[in-house]
Amino acid sequence: MSLFPRAFFAALLALVSSGALAHKPSDSYLAISVEGTDVKGQWDIALRDLDFAIGLDDDGNGDITWGEVKAHRNDIAAYSLARLKLRSGGADCPVHATEFLADDHSDGAYSVMRFEGTCGAESDSIEIGYSLFADIDPQHKGLLRLEHGGGTRTGIFSPERAVQTFELERISALTQFFDYAREGVWHIWIGYDHILFLLSLLLPAVLAWSGRWQAVDRFAPAFWDVFKIVTSFTVAHSITLSLAALGVVSLPSRLVESAIATSVVLAALNNVIPLVHGRRWMVAFFFGLIHGFGFASVLRDLGLPQNALLIALVGFNLGVEGGQLAIVSAFLPVAYLLRATWFYRRVVFIGGSLAIVIVAGIWLVERAFNMKIITP
Amino acid sequence: MSITRISIIGTATEWLGAFALASLALAVQAAPYLPKDDSVVLEHLPVRPSDPVARELRELRAGLAANPRDRAIAVRLAERYFALANSEGDPRYVGYAEAALKPWWDLATPPLDALVMRAVLKQYSHDFPGAMVDLVAATREDPQNARAWSWRAAIDMVQANYDQARKDCAALKGIETELFAVGCTAYLDGTTGKAAGAYRALSEAFARSGETSPEIKVWVLTRLAEMSLRLGNVKQAEEHFRAAYFEPINDQFLLGAYSDFLLDQGRPDEVIPLLVDWFRSDILLLRLAIAEKALKSPKAAEHIEALRSRFDAAALRGDKLHQQEEARFNLYLLGNKEKALALAQENWTLQREPRDARILLEAALAMKDPAAAQGALDWLERSGFEDPALRQTAEKLKALRR
Repeated sequence: MSLFPRAFFAALLALVSSGALAHKPSDSYLAISVEGTDVKGQWDIALRDLDFAIGLDDDGNGDITWGEVKAHRNDIAAYSLARLKLRSGGADCPVHATEFLADDHSDGAYSVMRFEGTCGAESDSIEIGYSLFADIDPQHKGLLRLEHGGGTRTGIFSPERAVQTFELERISALTQFFDYAREGVWHIWIGYDHILFLLSLLLPAVLAWSGRWQAVDRFAPAFWDVFKIVTSFTVAHSITLSLAALGVVSLPSRLVESAIATSVVLAALNNVIPLVHGRRWMVAFFFGLIHGFGFASVLRDLGLPQNALLIALVGFNLGVEGGQLAIVSAFLPVAYLLRATWFYRRVVFIGGSLAIVIVAGIWLVERAFNMKIITP
Repeated sequence: MSITRISIIGTATEWLGAFALASLALAVQAAPYLPKDDSVVLEHLPVRPSDPVARELRELRAGLAANPRDRAIAVRLAERYFALANSEGDPRYVGYAEAALKPWWDLATPPLDALVMRAVLKQYSHDFPGAMVDLVAATREDPQNARAWSWRAAIDMVQANYDQARKDCAALKGIETELFAVGCTAYLDGTTGKAAGAYRALSEAFARSGETSPEIKVWVLTRLAEMSLRLGNVKQAEEHFRAAYFEPINDQFLLGAYSDFLLDQGRPDEVIPLLVDWFRSDILLLRLAIAEKALKSPKAAEHIEALRSRFDAAALRGDKLHQQEEARFNLYLLGNKEKALALAQENWTLQREPRDARILLEAALAMKDPAAAQGALDWLERSGFEDPALRQTAEKLKALRR
């Protein structure tokens, strides 16, 4: 028996192994955005595939380092971009690499190449020809995400479907509005720092301070307290979000992120050691200004369509408000019901606030010193 | 009030759970980064350039590059890659093998060696009808072609065409070694209600065969373990699994079967050391995550997320090769019974091995929908498959109908 089992043995093995695809096949992730004649993109290609095609492991030790990837970036760009043909209105869209990064997908490390270019003509469709690795691995597929005018389409390239044409229809203002509103809801939902900040301010809303915390008698004061807090937070972050998104003001993101973490720490700490009470809406307003800058960075990452700036901005903002309202309306009735219990006052209120102080404190250290403690 | 208290605790833990999961989802989501410095190792290659395997592949590739129509080199290279795909569990190599065969890939009747190789690669991608057409043509051209007959047996077994599989195994007598011919028939008998005889025949042929390679030992021992389980002999099954495990090779399918055995026996803690280094393999990561979930290990959530993103990626590229595993993933790790059943049903249309029947029966039981698993119930009736646990599941399912 040689190193490779006999042919028959492979079939015997197949009697149990057939179908057990044990590993992810080769894919690349291609994101392209088209605005007018401008084309921008990002192409994630598995390092293992690139190594097989052009050789990256120069020292032959079986490890691919960032240095080796960098040394080959011109080769990677030349090899891959020669296998991507973009055409618009009968004219080529030559693109060139602008930046190289790395990324980890579920099956290993990828080279990330950003590229851009300009089409010879504007058109209502774009033709994409994809032939990466077609000659060395016919099973390879290219997974495309095409963005245009705020809309996103996907496509799959394989040797059988190597050239595909995508219509670049105008996306209606309404669709665009809802797209951005959806993003807004999503970002408040996954933006734990904003949620925790809001919760820290809301937790005492069903209690009143008079030397010590006591349950409020009626729902109305709790409701108006929450109303004031949420409204002032909203007004404040809408102001800075708009200013930052329009490029009027810009702050370094590390500063903004650290300040947001600080705001969460302070808001939660104030529940345990009350310094500001009664006027928490002012706290909400002041720190809301900072949180607005945080939202703006999200919006910037999404990319603002220049032709529909206002629609996107209003949509995103309303989405954020909708997300907040959902959290508040889930929180307030439960908190009101439980306000007089020991559980609410000790476990939820004090315990919860302390937990928020700790989490946000770690964020603060992470963000201020650019290190990773709990953020994976 | 006490009721409200309990419910708020429930909500709080669920909320925290959702929080933890969502933060993981974010972590798994890819974000490009700039590595700190040039020495950061981004990727380990599975085959080092200095390995003898890599050297041989390089030489063959160079030979083929000089003459792409040299069929002998092309078929040899494809074979090497196919073996690598099996041992590494990486389907990329099947793509490389296909590329080597390119000049013959679209021919109606390629020469025999290329024809059989093409069939082998086609079946890997679950193109069973296409593979069968090639294999039938190959055995017609060369009735002594052991390789083509074995693959015909393998595909007929996967599709539960037992009568045809019996003919395939019979054709192997005299053109293959005794162990292989007996192995083929024993595998078939072990699945069709004759496990006791199959166990005896295979262990005797194994004893007679003398010194064999670790690969073959692992194959035989794993099959003996499975047959023991079907005969209800748990202790004997475990002995065979352990003997196979201590052979000096890595075999994913043994590890998968052994892990399933331990999970079924309620011993998830023993699965962890077995699979801890197999993060890359989807089928083994699935078992690892099931064990970790049973043990309430903090690693479970991370591994479930990794699996989810791999299944999502497969869906994105339009693959339907993982449905059996994906069904199991949905049933046991996500608790998404409905999706699990749909996947298990679709999988059953393509593959009809005992484990395909098992997930279909279990998903149908979870959904209390016996009609959905009619195919597997019929199969159990027709094949006479003996496994006591599987029969019990089927009985429970049938009881729902009454």
